[in-house]
Amino acid sequence: MKAVITVTGKDTVGIIAEVSAVCAKHEANILDITQSVLSEYFAMIMLADIDRLNIGFSDFADTLAELGKSKSLMIHVMHEDIFNTMHHI
Amino acid sequence: MINTQDILETINMIREENLDIRTITMGISLWDCVSEDTDRLCTKIYDKITKRAEHLVATGAEIEKMYGIPIVNKRVSVTPISLIGGASTPEGYLKIAHTLQKAADTLGINFIGGFSALVQKGMTVGARNMISVIPEALAETQNVCSSVNVASTKAGTNMDAIALMGSAIKRAAFLTKDNNSIACAKLVVFANVPEDNPFMAGAFCGVGEPDSAINVGVSGPGVVASAIRRAGDCDLSELADVIKKTAFKITRVGQLVANEAAKRLDTPFGIVDLSLAPTPAVGDSVAYILEEMGLESCGAHGTTAALAMLNDAVKKGGVMASSHVGGLSGAFIPVSEDAGMIAAAERGALTLEKLEAMTAVCSVGLDMIAIPGDTPEDVINGIIADEIAIGVVNTKTTAVRLIPAYGKKAGESVEFGGLLGTAPIMSLNTYSPAKFIRRGGRIPAPIHSLKN
Repeated sequence: MKAVITVTGKDTVGIIAEVSAVCAKHEANILDITQSVLSEYFAMIMLADIDRLNIGFSDFADTLAELGKSKSLMIHVMHEDIFNTMHHI
Repeated sequence: MINTQDILETINMIREENLDIRTITMGISLWDCVSEDTDRLCTKIYDKITKRAEHLVATGAEIEKMYGIPIVNKRVSVTPISLIGGASTPEGYLKIAHTLQKAADTLGINFIGGFSALVQKGMTVGARNMISVIPEALAETQNVCSSVNVASTKAGTNMDAIALMGSAIKRAAFLTKDNNSIACAKLVVFANVPEDNPFMAGAFCGVGEPDSAINVGVSGPGVVASAIRRAGDCDLSELADVIKKTAFKITRVGQLVANEAAKRLDTPFGIVDLSLAPTPAVGDSVAYILEEMGLESCGAHGTTAALAMLNDAVKKGGVMASSHVGGLSGAFIPVSEDAGMIAAAERGALTLEKLEAMTAVCSVGLDMIAIPGDTPEDVINGIIADEIAIGVVNTKTTAVRLIPAYGKKAGESVEFGGLLGTAPIMSLNTYSPAKFIRRGGRIPAPIHSLKN
């Protein structure tokens, strides 16, 4: 099972490190990272393998959302299937 | 890896354009609860619903988290109670309504539908008993929804049943007069009612349905409106394509959620309802789509054509995205639940007559329309008869959900709050259809019902 972690908002120093640290702590294996700037927004997208996650999906999503809040960023964790179904036939 | 633009598009649809799953509705058959003894019947109904749907709300919340998409409502629909309680007295039916409410409270669901009767051709004693207590049942419960199918293309129109409904609607309005006549928002009169509809107030679990099934209704007027805005100055063929592609994406999410819910709840997947269901939230409006298509205001001449095209494109895009399509499937135009419709009605651009014309080309009917509280019963019956005729003749579902707001007049408005929104009270033509309605009996089925 793979999750897509998206981070959007104003650019901040060290955000990739902090998101990665949460992933490492909960054994989510980061498979890929892309980063782009859309108008004024910074958007970072991570694909992570969450098969061996050591907490529930929902707690993992909440932890990252909380981290986002503390940094004034939006962090969403969503199952990859929602993107696959919506954009691929 | 998945394309970055696709990911951002999906997130934007959910966060900015109000894309959501409007409802996961579990249909539950109550045939195995039938009993001559009302108390025993109620116990069995309560046990069956609370056991079958025990994990519905929690599962909905889990899926919501997993895919990051809001699932606004979790609902249950049951076999029409007029059938299940066939041997009941009016008091017995009222008891069943309270049992449904108790089950809804236990489960924590938003609505329970199925306090319903199918009387398109005639009424059984049970159906008549049930219809006689609909106003009390809706006034005394909060989450129970009721529907009555009074006509079908195959059977014709039961005018005696329509005459009962006008009076039931007026009484429901009176009984909840201190609460904006809210009971009327939970009562809908149908022609050609679908048996797997996940949307309230008309949801029930039809007689040909399995023991239980998961039916999902999607939403996303805001997504369609934004896509049309982005498409800019294109012609109508291109615009239809834009709408189809958007509807496809919306429906795929519905199918994904439906599959996941069916798997987790160990319940067969029923259908996805290809719907554009608005909410009172700004930007989540079907009227705004029509205005984005090029109308100065929803209700302007041209609205019916625009809506017909929108409705058709939504179906064409959606049908390929789902393995089974059903329910109402079409754009909804509930006035009080749609910010753009409310605005159009308030500025006088949208009238009841125009809404009636619009219902000929979309789903579902005259929906959530507030009318003056002193509207005569027969005028309500006449409105129902007209709307039902559109459904019967066009072999489509139509419905009427009117709120004769007690003590209020045209030009005022009623505030329901939540998804039900605010309804500006519309003025009506009050010339009387009484003599026509009182003739009673059945309007015969149209000639094109003879297809065999």
